[in-house]
Amino acid sequence: MGMRAPLKSVRGLGSAKEGTTHWWYQKVTAIALIPLFLIALGFFVSLVGAEYTHVRYVLGQPFISLVMLLLIGAMFYHLKLGLQVVIEDYIHTESTKVFLLLLNSFLCAVVGLASALAILKLALGG
Amino acid sequence: MVELTLPKNSKVGTGKTHPKPDGATNTKAFNVYRWSPDDNQNPAIDKYYVDLDTCGPMILDGLIKIKNEIDPTLTFRRSCREGICGSCAMNINGTNTLACTTGMDEVEGDINIYPLPHQPVVKDLVPDLTNFYAQYASIKPWLQAETPSPSKERLQSKEDREKLDGLYECILCACCSTSCPSYWWNSDRFLGPAILLQAYRWIIDSRDEHTGERLDNLEDPFRLYRCHTIMNCANTCPKGLNPAKAIAEIKKMMVERR
Repeated sequence: MGMRAPLKSVRGLGSAKEGTTHWWYQKVTAIALIPLFLIALGFFVSLVGAEYTHVRYVLGQPFISLVMLLLIGAMFYHLKLGLQVVIEDYIHTESTKVFLLLLNSFLCAVVGLASALAILKLALGG
Repeated sequence: MVELTLPKNSKVGTGKTHPKPDGATNTKAFNVYRWSPDDNQNPAIDKYYVDLDTCGPMILDGLIKIKNEIDPTLTFRRSCREGICGSCAMNINGTNTLACTTGMDEVEGDINIYPLPHQPVVKDLVPDLTNFYAQYASIKPWLQAETPSPSKERLQSKEDREKLDGLYECILCACCSTSCPSYWWNSDRFLGPAILLQAYRWIIDSRDEHTGERLDNLEDPFRLYRCHTIMNCANTCPKGLNPAKAIAEIKKMMVERR
């Protein structure tokens, strides 16, 4: 290590030629989350204290279920992208980093899909 | 690497307090970080009193006076004493800045001086900036063009020249990069604000024809995208530049060329 020129380690393995998609999708999902979250919030507030059957009826409206599914998709994708950056920033032990990155991807996918399934079941299930 | 506490051999202790100069009535106290590689001791803060009546107004004047008259072992870099060489960049009362352009009267109470944060220390206030300079070399900070050199200079319109304003003034003092948490944790791969501002200076130069290659070289989750717009760089820059804006412009170009 001590005999290498500093430029050798700075150039390293070269540029990954990626990162732009990650950055761009993080911005796009952030923007999408603003209206989706506001609509969902209004929807939740309007349903405070409502009957279970009524909630199912409202969730069955295509617009509402669409908003909920989009919200879940954008939210968990945004969460995955954001947490990935946090892990890469702070965790430098290679094994821990890889483990946490995998855990992050899997958890966001599983919890996101489970949430979407719950919405679909309420909206469509008989 | 994230380090929330200093390693054991870097913990800063209390050092010597040098007596006030004889007959001085109007003094300012300097608390200065001291560390030497030779004596196997932890770093310590030494206290000096500078006689303001016989000293220039800037913090660098005070440091030079301490070195000349009180303690010749105090080590720091300085050269131009007018904010153009960037040598005397150090952490003064919690902010990275140039000792030569910061007045002693800008600091209330004692003046606390440390080397630039999160860099290896060579001695006292002298940081080891080897990695920083290597990163600068890695962006090829010179004009690259395929068009053969004209018989005279390469011309540039007034508008194109104006695009370099706010960039060409950077003196590479490393205040911004060493104030950036992303650079603290990932300086082995993240280029940091100073180098990215310099990279942008060549990317938007109307005479440079290697724009695409330059963007290719930066398009990397670590080299460029560790910038999370924390903005410490723009806050601390002693030349009043905005590296964060230059980085944002690079990110915009990355999207533009997709």
